[in-house]
Amino acid sequence: MRWLSDKTVRHLKRVAEWPDLGETKYRPLKELGRGGMSTVYLAEDTVLGRKVALKVVSTAAARPEIVERMRAEARVIARLEHPGIVPVHDAGMLPDGRVFYAMKRVDGKRLDELARAMALPERLRVFQRICEAVAFAHAHGVVHRDLKPENVMIGPFGEVLVMDWGVAKVLADGAGESSVSPTWAPSSSSTAAGTIVGTLAYMAPEQAEGSTDRVGTPADIYALGAILYFLLARRAPFDAEAAERRARGEARLAPAPPRRIDPDVPRPLEAIVLRAMAAEPHERYAAASDVAAEVARFLDGERVVSHREGLFERAERYFSRYRTPILLVLAYLVARTILFFFARG
Amino acid sequence: MSKPLLGLLLGGVLGIFDGLTAYFTPEARNQLVGIVIGSTFKGLVAGLSIGFFARKVSSLPLGVLFGLAVGLVLAWVVAAMPDPNGKHYYFEIMLPGALVGAIVGYATQKYRAQRTATS
Repeated sequence: MRWLSDKTVRHLKRVAEWPDLGETKYRPLKELGRGGMSTVYLAEDTVLGRKVALKVVSTAAARPEIVERMRAEARVIARLEHPGIVPVHDAGMLPDGRVFYAMKRVDGKRLDELARAMALPERLRVFQRICEAVAFAHAHGVVHRDLKPENVMIGPFGEVLVMDWGVAKVLADGAGESSVSPTWAPSSSSTAAGTIVGTLAYMAPEQAEGSTDRVGTPADIYALGAILYFLLARRAPFDAEAAERRARGEARLAPAPPRRIDPDVPRPLEAIVLRAMAAEPHERYAAASDVAAEVARFLDGERVVSHREGLFERAERYFSRYRTPILLVLAYLVARTILFFFARG
Repeated sequence: MSKPLLGLLLGGVLGIFDGLTAYFTPEARNQLVGIVIGSTFKGLVAGLSIGFFARKVSSLPLGVLFGLAVGLVLAWVVAAMPDPNGKHYYFEIMLPGALVGAIVGYATQKYRAQRTATS
């Protein structure tokens, strides 16, 4: 008797998993990606004649709670109609009972792949767009809980999309709360089974401690700070070892200041990162839009509220902001002075 | 306030100050009033034309360059007129005049004119 090779087994699994979309308007084209509990396919909407991304629960994971989680995820994304959030077009069920939902197909690259090639102002403008999308979600009572550069896509025309709302939490008008998934994160690379949702390297301390009831919008503010950290230092705030330490009880471990990694990081931006990543939720920015506003101030050459600048630093900022008029007035005064002495001579 | 109006006002004010600097040149002190009036008029004309340019062309480098050129040309016209002794002050008038034009050019380009809604 001959054993099947791994390759053959993988192929058979893929064939078995291939969704039967015969009773739907979708025609699967190819597999785009596979997570622990679901697979994303490129499919064609035969009615509208457009390509969509189809997220289908994996056969092995098609348990009632997972099915309900997928439905809830689709509902969460559907209520967030924003240019920075990938829209859900449709949701349904396959003949074999598996749940799927169709969303806009994004032909882009992940932020963590693109960030290294981008100039600082460009990175900051992308970051502002992320903040806007997150602020919108918060305004609609949704906390993402797994914000990280890997979950941000940059489209071919520069559009910024916050992805993977699979572990989002819905805050029901500030009273009751419900989670899309309280204890399970399909996309997370470092989650402790049963309690921690998200990715440890970008996770707020209260989230890393596993106290899901305390996780609210400040957790996303922390993650935004961690994303900004990544965009400045070009590495996550916590490496694998530090992330492990956080999982083992040192959740309040502070990250190394970005300027220690890269001394070229501007001080005001470091101040924004450190405030957004404060261990205590009440010490962080109150809203994602506040973080975006701080970054906008930096880009406009204005004073960043979280940063106490020295006299020299202030003068430098004023000079770089008003360089041309300062130089013109100086040139005029120098010319007048020279002419004055010229006339006396 | 529109860009031409800003150019007119700024050009006029800077023209006054530019003219007043003649006080520091002893031989020109007795002609100070005439110089201030001439410099103000030059500033008004330059400011207005720079303001109109800024309304048509939105470019900081071009705005500064245009201001510099207009300031230079108008200052040349003034400098071409000799003083009672028949002496010309090309360098003394054209250099600051051009720089004042550049300052007005910068200001009119940076200024965002407020639009009033019309029904």
